[in-house]
Parts: sequence; structure tokens; C-alpha cells
Amino acid sequence: MHRPGARWVIPGATLLAVVGSVLWILQAGGYDTARALHALWDGAFGSTYSLVSATLVRATPLLFVGLAVGLAFRAGVLNIGAEGQFLAGATVAVAAGFAVGGWPRLIALPLARLAGAAAGAGWAGLAAWLRRRFGVLEVISTLMLNFIAAYGVSFAVRGPLQEPTHVYPQTAELSAAVRLPLLFDGHRLHLGYVLAVLLAVALWWFLTRTAAGFRVRAVGAGASAARSAGGIDAARTAAWVFVASGALAGLGGASEVTGVTYALYEGISPGYGYSAIAVALLGRLHPVAIIGTSLLFGALEAGAAAMQRDANVPSVLAAVVEALVVLGVLALDHARRGRTD
Amino acid sequence: MSAEYTDFLQASVRTATPLALAAYGELVVERSGVINLGLEGAIIAGAFGALVGAGAGSLGAGFALAITAGCAVSVLMAVVVLWLRADAIIAGTAVTMLALGLTGTLYRAWYGAQGAALSVPTLAPVRVAALADVPLFGRALFEQPSVTYLLYVLAVALWWWMRSTHAGLALRATGERPAAAFAAGISPVKVQAMALLFGGAMGGLAGGVLVLAQVGTFAEGLSAGRGFIAIAIVVLGRWSAPGVAGAALLFGAASQLQYVFQSLGWPVPYQLFLALPYVLTLLVLAGTQRRAESPAWLGRPLDDDAR
Repeated sequence: MHRPGARWVIPGATLLAVVGSVLWILQAGGYDTARALHALWDGAFGSTYSLVSATLVRATPLLFVGLAVGLAFRAGVLNIGAEGQFLAGATVAVAAGFAVGGWPRLIALPLARLAGAAAGAGWAGLAAWLRRRFGVLEVISTLMLNFIAAYGVSFAVRGPLQEPTHVYPQTAELSAAVRLPLLFDGHRLHLGYVLAVLLAVALWWFLTRTAAGFRVRAVGAGASAARSAGGIDAARTAAWVFVASGALAGLGGASEVTGVTYALYEGISPGYGYSAIAVALLGRLHPVAIIGTSLLFGALEAGAAAMQRDANVPSVLAAVVEALVVLGVLALDHARRGRTD
Repeated sequence: MSAEYTDFLQASVRTATPLALAAYGELVVERSGVINLGLEGAIIAGAFGALVGAGAGSLGAGFALAITAGCAVSVLMAVVVLWLRADAIIAGTAVTMLALGLTGTLYRAWYGAQGAALSVPTLAPVRVAALADVPLFGRALFEQPSVTYLLYVLAVALWWWMRSTHAGLALRATGERPAAAFAAGISPVKVQAMALLFGGAMGGLAGGVLVLAQVGTFAEGLSAGRGFIAIAIVVLGRWSAPGVAGAALLFGAASQLQYVFQSLGWPVPYQLFLALPYVLTLLVLAGTQRRAESPAWLGRPLDDDAR
């Protein structure tokens, strides 16, 4: 099936559709469109502060979970549990942070973060084990584990980890020894962002330059072919990718509590694990491209927050844009396949 | 104790109703081989449709618009999955995000000024004579809003329809081996499209029930994950209609237990009960997957030899 011009028509139409839909929603809602767009831009890029302390701070968790989802999807593992793995990482990192808070920072901070990564890995590992041992679809198991993790956080911040006065449903603040250093004076951006970018580059190197990375990509391209032609244990590779993906998401949760909030509370993730799917897909599952898309979505969410503040447009509009982007990418994929059919 | 017991049972059934209706929809969709993560989107769209319809007209208009909105969401899902042949999981996530974002934005725009004061009329309970007088559970089960009775009726009707009608057979055949169904003259694409449409209608109805039989108003994100709970319910109910009804009642009871424990003053963390059904679902999954109770083709795309 040949579709002349699809290469330009479809992406252009997708972009137009996203922008057009947003404008239509703003119009239909009776919002002051010019003011809303102005607030959106200001909140994301308008000043050094909004760029560094809003956009990049928002981009950090999105980069971690985006890499997690991207890696999993690369191997054909439909991990939609990054949300739960993020929460598990945040919870255990806070708990560990209290335990080692009195130790020197050089030891305490990495320990707390490693604990978070391990928790994320374990949470994903549970789903990977269910898949290998019992053949349970990871889509359903990770969905269940997301809920269990959310209730776990809810329990922790009202129970064993609640702050000492037992008034607020949140933990006490982490001590300085387990807080990530800030990158610039007067800005909220923390070392976690640098680590996430380095991780993205390392992941790219791993996927393209190592034998193990090749196995991951081969399994994603077709598990049965990888098995028969390459002699790759596809199930084993997929399970390890699953665990590594969980570790990345868990590290994202650990970064959020050690770098931004310094405490755990319900709703610490406004759905990062789901936004991650948009981040990863728009980045075509390429780790370095995901740096860019996480920045884009970080800007979108920072701008949407400003839009709510200044133009009274609800910030959930960002979810509409994320969803339209994903649908657009799916349409693009369809067009691309159409050309090769 | 008796009055509290009846209240508990009644509230459990009330909570279970939208869950069961959405899960019946998901049951049919999964029997056709598709996992519909867009269900949550259909529920929130239905809830918003119910608000708009009931606000402008009547309860009937509310339910009609709720079902229409749910169908609209599932049409989008069907287009992306069946026509664009995209991955159903990714598409479903996007469709749900879209519906959550769109309803939230439009709600604030159209009703923002009225805020929490906004309310719509709700369905009054209908007593089923004789049955409501049965001791122990009569009042709890048979003095409910009329839509609740769909929970009982559909448990039997869907069960019969799936096992005894030609259409039900075509549905199950598509979910088991779409290529074989295709060879037998069934169009798996058409079957899955119809199943998704039914799923969307039921999701929309569930959203309508939330607004028009329970809450009496709308809030951003009112669906609160019920679409995903419905997916768990289908698993827990082992892909059968009566099983779904039972699992929905279990989820309903679990979410009501917290209030019972609160009133009794027992210091049991309520999150335990909320999380328990999900743990149970995982255990059931682990225990039954090998026995092939789930549709064999569940979650796999249609191959070229099935279209």
C-alpha cells in the first residue's frame, strides 16, 4: 500500500491537530487564549527561574521514568508499572534516609538512593517473576502493583513513617546528609538531573555498543526470531530488562524525595509513570532523545501549572496534550508501516 | 448491629454497582482478546456526560449522554487499535489520559463558577416487593436505585449470551484464536469493534451511575481508577459474568469495611482493605493463568491472517 506524501502530511497534520485541539479546547472553555498561552510560555521558559527551577525540576522525574519505560518497551516488556516502581523507590529511599540520616553524606546519600533503586527493581521484579513463573500478563500485574504501591504510601505516611506530631499525612523531613546538592544557588535544580542525563547517555551506549544491549534490542524486535536465530534466552533477557526498568523508576522516586520534596506524602507523583509513556514514545524509545522529550514535557507541565495560576486554565490540559502526542505518534507509526507494506 | 450490618451490605452493593457495570463491559472486550485501558476514560467521560445531560434536561438525558460519551471514547479506542493497528495498552493509556484531561478542562470551564455547590438530581431507590422483605440481605440487595438491578440481571444474561448465542460464540472464538474465527467466516475486527463499543457504553453507564445514583455531582478525576479496578474484577471473576458480579461485590465490600472498622474503633489500617482486592487479584492470576481461563489471544494484536 503506497501513500504518496505521507512522510510530510502525517507529521504535519499530527502537529496541527495537537495545536488545533488545544486552541479549540481553550476557545470552547471560554478561556482567554492569548493570556493562557502567554502564561504557558512564561511558566516554562519565561525566566531563568522558570526554566531552571520549574521546567528542569519537572523534567527530572520524567527523564528517570521515561528511560525506565523506554528501556522496557525496547525489549517488548509492557511495563506500565513505572508509577508503582517510582512510589516504591520514593518510600524506601525516605525510610532508608531516616535510618542513615546521621551518617556522613558521602555514604548516606548513595545508600538511600540505592535503596530506592533496589525497591523499584524489586517491585518490577515481582511482576517479572509472576510473568516467568506463572505467565501473568505484565500489563495487568503492574497495574495492580501500582494500586498496591499507592495504598502502601498512604499507609506509610499515616502509620510507621508519619511525622512525629502525627498531624499531617506525610513523613518528617530528611536530614541534610541525605539531600542531593543543589546545582545553583537560589535554584531548586539538584544533582539528580545531571545523574539522569548521564544515565541516559550510558543507557544509549549500553543499547548500541554492548552485546547485552544488542540482545535487548533483538528480543524487542521479535522474541521468537531472537530465540531461534540468535540463541537468545528471550524470557530471561526480558525479565532482567524489567528489573532494570524498575530500578530506573525507583531511582526516579528516590531522586524526587532526596532532591526536591525531602519528604514523602500521598500524591508525590502526579502520574509520572503514565506521562512516562508519552515521554518514551515521543522519544522513539531512544535514551538520548528521551532527554529532549522529558524536557519538553517538563516544560509543558511547568507551563500548565503557571497557566492554572495565572489564567485559571486547569493544569490537566497538559494531560490532553500528552495524550494527543501519544495518539499522534501511533498514527505516525501507522503511516510509516503503510509505506513499507 | 443489625442496622449497621444492613447499612454495610447496602453500601457495598451500591459501591459495587458502577464497578460491576464497567467490568461487564471489560469482560466482553477481553473475551474478544483486547485489554481496554481506555475504560477509565469511558467512565470519566460518562460521568461528565451525565452531569451535562442531567443539568440541562432530566435523569434520562443524563444517562443517555453518559452512554453516548462512553461510546465516543471507545470509538476513538477502536479506531486507534483496529484501524491504525496500534498497541492497545499504549492506546488505552492515551485515551484515558485524554478523557481525564478533557473532562477536567471542560468542567472547570463550564461549571467552574458553581464549584462544589453544583448538584444534579439522583435516582431514588426502588423497592422490589417481596424480595426486599427477605431477612438478612433483602433490604440491602433489593432496595437500591434501579440501575443496581442491572448488576444482577447482567450476571445471568451475559453468561447465557456468551455461551448460548451465535454472537457470543463468535466473541469467544475471536478472543481464543482470531485466525480460526476468521477462517470460519467471522470478522475479528468487527467483533472487537462491537465489543469495544459495548465496553465503552458500559463504562459510560458506570460513570453515569456514579453521578446520577451516588454522588449527585461531578469532580475532576471522579472515576478515581474505577476503570482499572474493573479490569482487576474481570481477572478476579475469571472471565465469567457471574464471577465478575461476585468479584465486584467483594471489591465493594472491601472499600466499605474501612467505615465498619472505624465505627467499631478497631485500629486496623484501612489501606489494607483497599489494597487487599488487588493482592487477591494477583494471587488469582498466578493461580489460574496456567489453567487457561483467560482468553488465549488476550492482549495480542490481530495477525494479518485474521483480518
